[in-house]
Amino acid sequence: MRVLLFGPLQDVAGWRERTLASPPPSLAALKAALRRDDLALGQALDRPGVQTAVDKAIVRGDIPLSADAEVAFLPPMSGG
Amino acid sequence: MRLQSEPFAPGDLLAAFCKGRRDVGAVVSFTGLVRGDDETVQALELEAYAGFTDLEIGRMADAAAERHGLIDVLIVHRVGRLPPGEPIVFVATAAPHRRAAFEAADQLMDYLKSRAPFWKKSHEADGARWIEPRPEDYLDAARWDDAPAPASLKDRR
Repeated sequence: MRVLLFGPLQDVAGWRERTLASPPPSLAALKAALRRDDLALGQALDRPGVQTAVDKAIVRGDIPLSADAEVAFLPPMSGG
Repeated sequence: MRLQSEPFAPGDLLAAFCKGRRDVGAVVSFTGLVRGDDETVQALELEAYAGFTDLEIGRMADAAAERHGLIDVLIVHRVGRLPPGEPIVFVATAAPHRRAAFEAADQLMDYLKSRAPFWKKSHEADGARWIEPRPEDYLDAARWDDAPAPASLKDRR
């Protein structure tokens, strides 16, 4: 599973992309794992306006994740 | 639409866009440059999500083309670190008549400046900061929404 952070989330976490060797089975489990690892990132992911894309499509709520999913966390977009 | 880090020559894009057309009476193009408001801005850094950002913008371009009856549309947007003065975005619209071409280009730029999936950082002498759209950018984009414009917006226009 690949996890991607965009915009200010990268500054919070100190990384942009990470491959997880043991992929969590759901989006909620992934967020919980990221939060356990880095509380500041966990809090940043829960801020209003942060959207989640799984395999490049926006998703809402909790969904199951496949082991090879690409999960991207998208903070409020700035326009170009 | 395409995302690219390399600079582009707006004139070349426009010439290629116009070439060989017989069914088009109007082409409107817009070129946006990186604005350095003052001496402190050293560069803008544009981040996109390849495969997502381009798809979203392409979808918006298709919707604008249908709404305004365009014959063609081209959007080129740069990503990466861009110094002031360089072109950052190019939009061209082609339509049978001018009104549709003007309005479609206007709508697409309002969308690109406020809602398009980019993240933008300003590199300044005393550090870098993430920037968000100005309130006017959201209002401009809302002009094209299907919902009736809010009263504050009508007053403004």
